[in-house]
Amino acid sequence: MTLLKHTAAIAALSLTSLALGSGPAAAYKVFISNEKENTVTVIDSEKLEVVHTIKTGNRPRGIILSKDGKWVIVCTSDDNRMQVFDAETFAYVKDLPSGPDPELPILHTSGNPLYVSNEDDNLVTVVDIQKGTIITDVPVGVEPEGMGMSPDGTILVNTSETTNMAHFITTDGYKNIDNVLVDSRPRVAEFKSDGSEVWVSAEIGGTVTVIDPKDRKIKGKITFEIQGITKDAIQPVGVRFTQDNSKAFVALGPANRVAVIDAKTYKVEKYILVGQRVWNLGFTPDYKLLFTTNGTSNDVTVIDVASEKPIKSIKTGRYPWGVVSGLTPVKAAENGAPK
Amino acid sequence: MSQATPPVSPALVVRSPHKAPCHSLRALGHKSLGLFAVVASLLAPAAVWAGGPPGVAPAETAPAAEAPADVKTLTMLMVRQLRPDRLPPLSLLDLPPKDDGLAGARLAIDDNNTTGRFLKQNFTLELIESEDPAELIAETKKRVEGGLGFIVTDLDAKPTIDLADALKGLDAVIFNTSAPDENIREEDCRANLKHTAPSRAMLSDALSQYLAWKRWGNWVLITGPTPEDKAFAEALRRSAQRFGMKIVEEREFKYDPGSRRSDGGFEQIQQQIPTFTQKLPPHDVLVVADEGELFGEYFPYRTWDAKPVVGTAGLFPTSWHPAIELWGGTQFQNRFKRLANRTMRPLDYNAWIAVRSIGEAATRKQSVDRKALIDYMLSPEFELAAFKGRKLTYRAWNGQLRQPLVLATGKMHVTVSPQPGFLHQFTELDTLGIDRPETKCRAYQK
Repeated sequence: MTLLKHTAAIAALSLTSLALGSGPAAAYKVFISNEKENTVTVIDSEKLEVVHTIKTGNRPRGIILSKDGKWVIVCTSDDNRMQVFDAETFAYVKDLPSGPDPELPILHTSGNPLYVSNEDDNLVTVVDIQKGTIITDVPVGVEPEGMGMSPDGTILVNTSETTNMAHFITTDGYKNIDNVLVDSRPRVAEFKSDGSEVWVSAEIGGTVTVIDPKDRKIKGKITFEIQGITKDAIQPVGVRFTQDNSKAFVALGPANRVAVIDAKTYKVEKYILVGQRVWNLGFTPDYKLLFTTNGTSNDVTVIDVASEKPIKSIKTGRYPWGVVSGLTPVKAAENGAPK
Repeated sequence: MSQATPPVSPALVVRSPHKAPCHSLRALGHKSLGLFAVVASLLAPAAVWAGGPPGVAPAETAPAAEAPADVKTLTMLMVRQLRPDRLPPLSLLDLPPKDDGLAGARLAIDDNNTTGRFLKQNFTLELIESEDPAELIAETKKRVEGGLGFIVTDLDAKPTIDLADALKGLDAVIFNTSAPDENIREEDCRANLKHTAPSRAMLSDALSQYLAWKRWGNWVLITGPTPEDKAFAEALRRSAQRFGMKIVEEREFKYDPGSRRSDGGFEQIQQQIPTFTQKLPPHDVLVVADEGELFGEYFPYRTWDAKPVVGTAGLFPTSWHPAIELWGGTQFQNRFKRLANRTMRPLDYNAWIAVRSIGEAATRKQSVDRKALIDYMLSPEFELAAFKGRKLTYRAWNGQLRQPLVLATGKMHVTVSPQPGFLHQFTELDTLGIDRPETKCRAYQK
C-alpha cells in the first residue's frame, strides 16, 4: 500500500517534470506572505515584478497551495484562523478553522486534510479543507512550529520550538511514534521527495539535523561557518531540496545568506548572499528559481538555481515571511492581472 | 487547592529570634498558611511545583507519584529572601507581586516537563522563603546534603555569597536570579555560583551603547542616597568612560521617601524637580540612578531643560519586559499569563532561565545526575534558547549569563543592546559587562 502510493507519487512527479522541465522558465505566480503588513504579494516569476497585492487577515505567515493549485491557503496567525484565496483571481474564497496562533500548514499528500501547527497551544490541528471543519487536535511539544509530510503520506513531522524535538506522528490514527531531540529552537522539517531523509533546522542551535524517518536515528548534523559572521548570527530556518534531491538550500536568518549543501555528503558548498534575516524558501514548480523571504529588508531575493546566483531582489510588503509558487504558468493574457 | 491542608505543628515552626511570624519558611501554594512553616516541606519534598494550571497545587498528587518507575525526577530548590522592609516603588503599576520570580520558575518547570514527558524526566520545584538569610542558608544546606543539587536564589548579594560558601564542596550549583552586584561576579565570585540576573555593568553598558549610538554623549548623572543607587552610578561612570560618554555634572538627590501614597503629591514635585535640575551645564540626557524606583519617575517631563530621562527611569535597561514580542516571545508571554494571571517581570525571566538551564542540561545529557549536569553547564557545549533571538551561554570565567538586554520605557521596548557597531573578537554579547581580560574572578580558573 505504502509502496503503491510512493510509486504513484514518483510517477506524478516525473509527469510534472516532463511537462515543465524543458524550455525557458515559465511565468508562475509566486505568493509571499507579509507578516507585518497583512498582505500577500504576488510576483510574476518571468517578469520578476509584483503584479498584485492581496489583503489578508492579521499576521499572515505560513502559506501553501492546495494540491490542485487552485487555492492559496494562508495562516492569519493573529486571527486564529486560515484564509483561502483563489490562486488565479486572488479573490477571497473562505476561512478555515485552526487552533490559536496558526503558524505553518501542510497538506496530506492526497491533498486533504491539512495539518497546522498552533504556536500558542501545543497542538497540531487537523483540518478538512473542503468541509472547513476541524477533524481533531494532536498534542505535541511547547510552541509547535515546523511541519513535514512524508512523501508517502503516512508520517507527519512536527517540530516544537521550546521542547527542541521533532515529533513523528502517524497520519493514520495520529499516534506519536517517536520524538527526536534536535538542537535549540527547531523551525522547519523538510522531507526529501524520495522519503529517505527528513531535515530539521534549529534556529538557535545553528544546525540542521538529518533524520532517517525509518528508524528515527540521526544520520548527520550540518553546521555552518561564514567568515566575518559570528556563530550566533547563523540561524537556519527554511530548507528546500532540488528536484533530484542532490542539493539542499538552507536559509540562515540574520546571517543574510542561503547555504547550498550537497545533500548526500552534507557538505556546505557555498553561501549565497541575500537580503536581511532570510527565513523561508520556495521554488517555482520547474525548480529553476528559488525565492527567499528576507524579513527585515522587506524584499525577496530570486536565486537562479542552475548557477546558484542571486539574480534579483524584489520589494515586497513589510516583513515578508512565507513563500509559495503557483502551479500553473501564467497565461499571457493574465499578465496584466488586477493591480 | 486540590490537596488537603498539610498539618501544621507549632513545635516545628521555625521562628525568627526577633520578629515573630513573618519570616517563616513557607510552603509553596499555601496562601492560607503563609505565616507558618509547613512541616512537611521541611522534612520531605511534599510542597512542590510539578506543573499544572495556576491555582492547582499538585503537591502530594504530583505526576511523579503516578508516573511509571522509569521516570526520573529532578527536584530544584528556590530560595527566596522576603524583604518586608523594602520600600515599594512609586508607581502602583510596579508593585512587585507576591510570586515575583517564583512564577517564572514555575513556568520553566512546566516547560521542562513538556520536554521531560517525552524523555521520561520529571521536574519539580521546592520553595523556602524567609526574612532571615541565615535560616535560608541552613535549610538549603540541609536539603543539599539530602540530595538536592540545583538552587535558584532570590537573595541579596551578601547572603548569596554566604550560601555559596556554605555549599562549598557539595555537589550543588546556585543560580542567582536577583542580585546585580558586581563584586559577587568579580573579586568575590564563587565557582558554584552562576548568575542569570544581569550585572549592573551589563545594564549600564547596554544603556551607554545606545546613548553612544544616538550621540547623546553629554550626561548629567543624578544619584539617589542608597548604596544600590551609588553602585549603579559607579557602573554608569565606568560605562561612560568605556563608550566615550561624558558626565558633565553629577548631583545627589537626597530625599526622605515617606509614604509612597498620598492623595495629591504632584503639586510639590512639579515645583521641586525643576528647581533641582536648574543651572545644569549643557547636556543631552539626565541619567538617573535610583534602583529602588523611589524618585526617578518624578523626573520625566518635570526637568528644567527639556531633556530625556534615562537610567532607572524613563528609558531603562532590563533583561525582560512584559511587552516584548520579539523572537517568538508572544507565546512565551501568553504561557506566562495563563500560569500567573499577570505579566512577566525581569525577575520571573531570570528565574525562568535558571530553571530552564537545568532542564536543558538534563535534556541534553539525558540524565538527572547533578554532577553530570553541573559539569555540562560549565562546558562550552551548553547553550539555551531563551527568546532573545540567539543562544544564551554562561561566561566561562565567572558564571555570568550572556544575553542581549532590552532598553525600554514603561510601555515598550525601544531597542536591544549590544548596538550595531560594537564589535567583539568572540561574541558581541561580551561588549556588555566585565569581559574576560578585565575580570577579577579567579574561582573559575582551574
